[in-house]
Amino acid sequence: MKFTSLLASTAMALGLATSAMAQDDKVKVGFIYVGPIGDGGYTYEHNQGRLAVMEEFGDKAETTYVESVPEGPDAERVMTQMALDGADLIFATSFGFMDATVNTAKKFPDVKFEHATGYKTAPNLAIYNARFYEGRAVLGHIAGNMTESNIIGYIGSYPIPEVLRGINSAYIHAKKVNPDVQFKIVWAYTWFDPAKEADAAKVLIEQGADVILQHTDSTAPLAAAEAAGNVIGFGQASDMAEYKDGPRVSSIIDNWGPYYIERVGKVLDGTWETADTWAGIGDGMVQIGEITDRVPEDVKAEALALMDTIASGAYHPFTGPLNKQDGTQWLAEGEVAEDQALLGMDFFVEGIDAEIPK
Amino acid sequence: MIVLEKRPQPSRGWALATPVLAVLATMLFGGLLFAVLGKNPVEAIATIFYDPLFGPHASYYRPQLLVKGAPLVLIAIGLSLGFKANIWNIGAEGQYIVGALAGAGVALAFYPLEAWFIFPLMVIAGALGGWAWAMIPALLKVRFGTNEILVSLMLVYVAEQLLASMSLGLLKNPQGMGFPGSRNLQQYESAHNADLIANTGMHWGVVAALISVIFAYILLNRHMLGFHIRLTGDAPRAARFAGVRPARLILFCLGTGGALAGLAGMFEVSGPSGQVSIDFNVGYGFTAIIVAFLGRLHPVGILLAGALLALTYIGGEIAQAQLGLPAAAIQVFQGMLLFFLLALDLLTNYRVRMRKTEVA
Repeated sequence: MKFTSLLASTAMALGLATSAMAQDDKVKVGFIYVGPIGDGGYTYEHNQGRLAVMEEFGDKAETTYVESVPEGPDAERVMTQMALDGADLIFATSFGFMDATVNTAKKFPDVKFEHATGYKTAPNLAIYNARFYEGRAVLGHIAGNMTESNIIGYIGSYPIPEVLRGINSAYIHAKKVNPDVQFKIVWAYTWFDPAKEADAAKVLIEQGADVILQHTDSTAPLAAAEAAGNVIGFGQASDMAEYKDGPRVSSIIDNWGPYYIERVGKVLDGTWETADTWAGIGDGMVQIGEITDRVPEDVKAEALALMDTIASGAYHPFTGPLNKQDGTQWLAEGEVAEDQALLGMDFFVEGIDAEIPK
Repeated sequence: MIVLEKRPQPSRGWALATPVLAVLATMLFGGLLFAVLGKNPVEAIATIFYDPLFGPHASYYRPQLLVKGAPLVLIAIGLSLGFKANIWNIGAEGQYIVGALAGAGVALAFYPLEAWFIFPLMVIAGALGGWAWAMIPALLKVRFGTNEILVSLMLVYVAEQLLASMSLGLLKNPQGMGFPGSRNLQQYESAHNADLIANTGMHWGVVAALISVIFAYILLNRHMLGFHIRLTGDAPRAARFAGVRPARLILFCLGTGGALAGLAGMFEVSGPSGQVSIDFNVGYGFTAIIVAFLGRLHPVGILLAGALLALTYIGGEIAQAQLGLPAAAIQVFQGMLLFFLLALDLLTNYRVRMRKTEVA
């Protein structure tokens, strides 16, 4: 009895010693990106987060990255390679890396993994995502006020819950300020393809849209809006400030830096644990870019007020009464959507005249 | 003055030497590119070519070479038969997708039944899927004289839309919480194309690639059909006199290319990838065109070229992570390889001569 407890305490001391040693060590952090870091949107912002980590920790954190990694076995190989090269923490920054991350995490129980926008966790695999629908409510509010043709064009990437949440949130808040508003939706089936995105924007503009919302990552739709003249749009994932004097009236920004710094810090001080983070405007993970003077003063003030009530938690963008597209009730008066329902969202809300492709 | 003189016969020596020279020239100019980007060129080249084979973690990378190289070789072998006969199938990527969809479709139709016959059925379905997709340009060409380059290429984009539709609809995982993508076949034992010996990377696709190399070699060197393929490419008029039926040859070459590409897709979706997803295809069908030419349209050459390309992919990723080389630089590096090969190809058919300018 005594002997075993002695063993146990020795083991504990050893365990403490090793974790204490780990604290002094530098941390090596790997990032894998689905697009090029110069995409000006999604991957660009993740890379900004990586740079923020380097700035925060200096010599204590070494970062590496591999860009434009195809989803599937290639992603698994890149992550395995990072783990073999001694990474302590790996950020897999795209939904499509999910199964590859799960597999790699199984192979390297001592390496910590973080997967963006997925839903599978493990003791050494955390997930994180941003409540982009909060930001899209604000954009929808501005869009509904700004449109004169009452037609808002929306470039969707893929009909997945993430994108459907954004469309529903933008629609609900556009409709609130403009009951006549209509959404026209084009599916680009890509996250990043300037040519396809430009084509989608042109189609929407030809159909009468004078406001373009996009859930794809390049600046091509803004360029198309600029070329068309009297059309406005919003920066996506990144501020896209280079279009500030032109069509861009505001933007929805993914701000990953604070989260990455927090998680790397936890690895450094040995307190990292798996987690399921879904942060929004209030936590600073979603930001609204500067609203330009093209937007009337009162609309701008309302938009900022809306942003504040969402940030404080006083208002939830999905608050009843809300019906589904087929007319059945989704949320009763005053009822707020549960996270679980939002995560698996597979329907449009009432009023959107479009079908979800199957 | 330097003049080019056409050789009476293509030089055998140069035909063998140009791929090696192309690789050396790529190393040289790629090294210059890396140097301009501020990286140590020797270190970068060594990382790309040496580390995956003999570096500290080579035991992990060597099997990965098989995983990455097998689909390239399998597809390139099929393409090379057509290319030899001047039949240009550019749409292997689409045939790869449809083969994967057909194979995965069979597996998912039987889910969750565990039975020995599922995997063989998937293999047949994969080959048939790719074959059927290739038959579209083949029949259109035979019947209406359409251009197979355009039709097969356009069908890639159709196949990509079909893939997206399947990932979001028919083949979507019912337990996937609404996210696109099928069930993971790696977790369905009867359908899983696992490593035959664990951690060697040796899955059925690698076996199929090796078999295809042997069959292509025998076909081209020992068989009348192979002779007809070569003859049609080298001397179309002579081929007609020799009784080659062009329509039959088109159907055979495009069909075989499609079936092999379909097989490659099926082995990939049931093995390394595991899942039908919107971005399942990663360009093997297009890269295989480079592999086919780099390998001189010769089965053994294609095997070596597939291994080389796989090496630059894996080494390129290591160089990105360790040296911070941008992905675009690696792609340029791979592009150089094909460029130098085609440029140096000139020496196979032409002789460079110095000649004094004559007064006219």
